[in-house]
Amino acid sequence: MDMGSISPELLLASLMVAATPILLAALGELVVERAGVLNLGVEGMMITGAICGFAVAVNSGSPAIGFVAAAGGGAVLALLFALLTQVALANQVASGLALTLFGLGLSSLLGQGYVGIKPPPVAKLDIPLLGDIPFLGRVLFSHDLMVYLGLALVGLIWWVLKYSRAGLILRAVGENHDAAHALGYKVVRIRVMAILFGGACAGLGGAYISLIRVPQWTEGMTAGAGWIALALVVFASWKAGRVLLGAWLFGGVTVLQLNLQAAGFAIPVEYLSMSPYLITILVLVIMAGDKSRAPASLGRIFHASQ
Amino acid sequence: MKLTHLLTSAALALGLATTAVAQDKTKVGFIYVGPIGDGGWTYEHDKGRLAIEEHFGDQVETVYQESVPEGADAERAITQMALQGADLIFTTSFGFMEPTVAVAEKFPNVKFEHATGYKTLPNLSTYSARFYEGRAVQGHIAGKMTKSNIVGYIASFPIPEVIRGINAAYLHAKKVNPEIEFKIIWAYTWFDPAKEADAATALIEQGADVILQHTDSTAPQAAAEKAGNVITFGQASDMAEYKPLPRVSSIIDNWSPYYIARTQAVIDGTWESQQVWQGIDKGMVEIGEITDAVPADVKDEALALKQAMAEGEYHPFTGPINRQDGSAWLAEGEVADDGTLLGMDFYVEGISGQIPN
Amino acid sequence: MLKLEKRPQPSRLWTWVTPLLAVVITMLAGGALFAALGKDPVEAIATIFWQPLFGEFAFYYRPQLLIKGAPLILIAIGLSLGFRAGIWNIGAEGQYIVGALTGAGVGLAFYPTESVLIFPLMVLAGALGGWAWAMIPAVLKLRFGTNEILVSLMLVYVAEQLLAAMALGPMKNPEGMGFPGSRNLRQYESAHNAELITGTGMHWGVVAAFIAVIFAYVLLTRHSLGYHIRLTGQAPRAARFAGVRPARLVLVCLGTAGALAGLAGMFEVSGPAGQVSIDFNVGYGFTAIIVAFLGRLHPLGILLAGLLMALTYIGGEIAQSNMGLPAAAIQLFQGMLLFFLLAVDVLTNYRIRLARREVA
Repeated sequence: MDMGSISPELLLASLMVAATPILLAALGELVVERAGVLNLGVEGMMITGAICGFAVAVNSGSPAIGFVAAAGGGAVLALLFALLTQVALANQVASGLALTLFGLGLSSLLGQGYVGIKPPPVAKLDIPLLGDIPFLGRVLFSHDLMVYLGLALVGLIWWVLKYSRAGLILRAVGENHDAAHALGYKVVRIRVMAILFGGACAGLGGAYISLIRVPQWTEGMTAGAGWIALALVVFASWKAGRVLLGAWLFGGVTVLQLNLQAAGFAIPVEYLSMSPYLITILVLVIMAGDKSRAPASLGRIFHASQ
Repeated sequence: MKLTHLLTSAALALGLATTAVAQDKTKVGFIYVGPIGDGGWTYEHDKGRLAIEEHFGDQVETVYQESVPEGADAERAITQMALQGADLIFTTSFGFMEPTVAVAEKFPNVKFEHATGYKTLPNLSTYSARFYEGRAVQGHIAGKMTKSNIVGYIASFPIPEVIRGINAAYLHAKKVNPEIEFKIIWAYTWFDPAKEADAATALIEQGADVILQHTDSTAPQAAAEKAGNVITFGQASDMAEYKPLPRVSSIIDNWSPYYIARTQAVIDGTWESQQVWQGIDKGMVEIGEITDAVPADVKDEALALKQAMAEGEYHPFTGPINRQDGSAWLAEGEVADDGTLLGMDFYVEGISGQIPN
Repeated sequence: MLKLEKRPQPSRLWTWVTPLLAVVITMLAGGALFAALGKDPVEAIATIFWQPLFGEFAFYYRPQLLIKGAPLILIAIGLSLGFRAGIWNIGAEGQYIVGALTGAGVGLAFYPTESVLIFPLMVLAGALGGWAWAMIPAVLKLRFGTNEILVSLMLVYVAEQLLAAMALGPMKNPEGMGFPGSRNLRQYESAHNAELITGTGMHWGVVAAFIAVIFAYVLLTRHSLGYHIRLTGQAPRAARFAGVRPARLVLVCLGTAGALAGLAGMFEVSGPAGQVSIDFNVGYGFTAIIVAFLGRLHPLGILLAGLLMALTYIGGEIAQSNMGLPAAAIQLFQGMLLFFLLAVDVLTNYRIRLARREVA
């Protein structure tokens, strides 16, 4: 047992990487839910993004094009959800679960020729000067571009939701779609766009796993990350900054757990594996008194003639 | 009565299904726990199935069902194959043991083969591979090549097979490098690429420069490649795409010879229930190419060790070996019996840490 | 342009026609998929829908439909009560696991005593276990106002870890050579949820599912509680004036759903599955949510939807092993069926009209 063998800076650096896929997916879902739509199909969209990104990156030789394709693949799958829930007015919970089933099947079929292939490597950004800062340099400035994209997205979504007109409209649609409709906003159009954005983000998160974090393609490789992303959104009480915090916490508990084991601590692994979920419940309880609640129209079907 | 009619037709059809053995074309079924595209465990079993098709041509027909959940669904999948006239059915995961036993009792004329289990019937055999022989070779190479004297081990679940592998690798690393230390992470999953990558990274960050894995994805290989100066071994399949570094060798499950032999036995009518545990000698466990990243003398020693096991001259668990708590397990020159190995639930002396639970 | 116009009443006709329409569309789209994979589409569709019911081995598959469908129906019935009242329990999978653990735990504790009392005790323990697990989101919701969707979902993961811990630890079969997994309850007569009539697939779980359907039907149509549930879902404010106590409703709906899911888990572990193992749960709790919606939250609808789901599972397996269709294609096919069923439902509640410009 040797705590000293765990290096805090390396631990924090791995945490940044481990948090990125769930961060990306959760940010997308945050926007969707803020628009009043509950899409439980995150896992399906992530895995579809994972294979689309992987296949395109392998064939084109460019991870960048792969990520674009992943966002596209996620968005296309999300479009199905949008058609179901916004046009055909189907129940969102059931549609989201069906989307996950569909996405898992689709991805396995698409991925049949891609098992055992190595994708083109993604270069780490070498940031001069900043990367040489002791401690912080290793923790913050030694990653690939997608990590920074995730962080930038946190800032962007926070700003858009809080200060921009588009964000105001989005929130209005999520809080009270009838009132938003009465004010002349295109509720369905706004929601469809939010759903597509959510799908694209989930796709990026999936591709981060298949192209950078693992990197390989195997069926079912997201292994439940989409569900964790869903949990993150609620954990964060629908706030972008807290999503980041939550993603680090979730990523952190896993990474820390593995590090403690490697350092020889006899920890009850199966009980520790429960901890992120128990912590989420605890946070939900603590934050329940907070003003920030779920968007009022979340999960409700909107029909204009009502 | 409708119900009685149903039951008689059931009995009739069961009889029909079991007489299907007499048909000219032999039908062999496979029940897989994962998708055939998993690149590891199921992938290798499916290679065995394809080998049967290639070897027997039109004489044999194979069928399979992938991603079968354990429990009631497995029982239905196996029954269905038996009903459809399969003569021989391989169920390729430990979790299929109880369902396989249940179905085998109902279809006495169909032959069943269950991988890695311990329950047999007159028409149910078990087969498993002595992967620990491969682990011994890995341990030897690891002990010779590590510079930090720290070997990282990504384990799945605390079951005998995994514990056996850890012990075999440790004993042989220790033999050539007394300073060796094993750091073990229990991932509590067979397959979660992201978690495996994190586990490998955690081990490397804590100084390990050799990573051994008992999980099925190539994620640890990629993590090692990224880190540089870390060597790994392929698990379940060759993982050749990571040659020559970090992957310096591998343990390959080669089920083809066994599957072909058992299919032949059914065709010849010589199939008998048995419990086999085959290793390097029968080709069920293969050591993948040792790359040039391994120094020539180490490579030669590793191959000699493999040869000794193949010829039955050497057993990886040969005394003196103590248990972790210091109590004696095997005396000088004593060889472990299969019973103890099959149920192994203790570390050998020198490994630090505890097996979970 | 086409426009949707809400019907004053859901259409009786379309309620019955839409599921059939969805199945037909799925057959067409699925056929195209199978053809694209190089398989005979007609044969594939026939294998999935015909073989289990009327094929050569239907005598075996028909009972299997009950075995596969029963837990889905049992759980979905419980969930539908909450869904009608706007209470979103999506953690039935966790309640199912915990019910199985408590039920099996009682059985294993008595091993090897034989007594007719053991099985009823296990039933009770299973229901209680599922109920208790569902009470966590219920109580947290009432006491702190937390969102039950998330708490119940989080508890699924906790339950899965608990299951792994139990299968590897306290409930491990002492005669199992160190392998994970409990004793086989099917070999322990007092704890075995056996077939009641051989060859029919009828075990106590199937009986319980049928009872639940009838019970839910009576509750929703005849009992004031059922009226309160429906009222709360349709008009929460009116419900309050009508004297509905929301807190009580949350407790009743989540509790019932948890107890039924726990029962389903208990019947599964003591019968078809036989033992507590690491991968005991196969997603019944999540699939049941889909079944509940496919059945339009109506007890009889759920009964049919559960059997339909079971049919696609079993038919899909036959297609896999007989025709070499990949499992993924079957999964995709099921996804399509659900999509179309959900999509065409719009015709039940809405009329499609050509839109005319209205002058305000």
